[in-house]
Amino acid sequence: MAAKEGHQEHPLKVYWIMWIALFVLSAGSYATDFMEPSALRQFLILLFMFLKAAGIVAIFMHMFWERPALKIAILGPPVAIVVLIWLMSLEGLHVEDTRLEYYGQSTFEPQEPAHH
Amino acid sequence: MTEAVLENETQGMQGVAEDWSRDKQVFGVPWGKAMMWIFLLSDTFIFSCFLVGYMSVRIATTDPWPNPSEVFALSFGGDPIPLILIAIMTFILITSSGTMALAVNMGYRKDRNKTFWLMVATAALGASFVGMQAFEWSKLIIEEGVRPWYNPMGAAQFGSSFFMITGFHGMHVSAGVIYLLFVAFRVKRGYYDRQGGNYEIVEIAGLYWHFVDLVWVFIFALFYLW
Repeated sequence: MAAKEGHQEHPLKVYWIMWIALFVLSAGSYATDFMEPSALRQFLILLFMFLKAAGIVAIFMHMFWERPALKIAILGPPVAIVVLIWLMSLEGLHVEDTRLEYYGQSTFEPQEPAHH
Repeated sequence: MTEAVLENETQGMQGVAEDWSRDKQVFGVPWGKAMMWIFLLSDTFIFSCFLVGYMSVRIATTDPWPNPSEVFALSFGGDPIPLILIAIMTFILITSSGTMALAVNMGYRKDRNKTFWLMVATAALGASFVGMQAFEWSKLIIEEGVRPWYNPMGAAQFGSSFFMITGFHGMHVSAGVIYLLFVAFRVKRGYYDRQGGNYEIVEIAGLYWHFVDLVWVFIFALFYLW
């Protein structure tokens, strides 16, 4: 069916399954908010994030059925962002160290968020 | 049509090499779709820059970072429920993604009526998302006193990241609502039937809408949950 040029018509069942999966994954994602901060929580946040993103791109955006030429052209370049994340986290840590060295610890007195 | 299918038959890396090296159109998709994908790729980098910038300033600040779980809690008479408004917004956007996916499918079936109503439902869900975002912004600006340059709960960078990231995303949702309604009414009037029955535009608009949902997945995880 997908062999016809650019025509992405698939059985409705595929969409229903993906839709339900996205709801379940979102519920899982929200559930992590009730966990205590931990490495496991951070891992779960990223896991649910990537699973949801993959589902949306692969099924809803039909990338799964596209030719590899398009897959590589669109999904390849964002990999470079990993390098940006790495460099900017190093930079961020360096800036934090510099601030602590020259300005010392923060003296900020936070106010509690208001709930009305 | 048969010939086109035969020409595109080679699969895997051999197929990639043939698609790129032959003296022919590289992507076996309508040009509008290829262009939308390339636009979305550039948009990916814009949102990545926002999110990486947010990561960087959050690492670098020595002031305390407010706990989003408490900041975005909402009380319905009883105890405040953590992050509930954002969770509702997430589910609204996912629901709208589903109705959009169905609209694309109905478009290919040339079911004008169903396509129209599914697209209108998608746009309505998108509009309600923007409405909730407006509520969230007002709450943060008026009640909590957060500004793009100041934040009474801690790091000022929280304010700037929040307004930039959610503002840019909200702008995308608003543009998407207008885009979807525009295409939906053309579908209803039978515009695409007069153009030779090509409903590819519904899928292209769908790509944009799913991308907006995709970006929200990352914002929700990295800004609101982290």
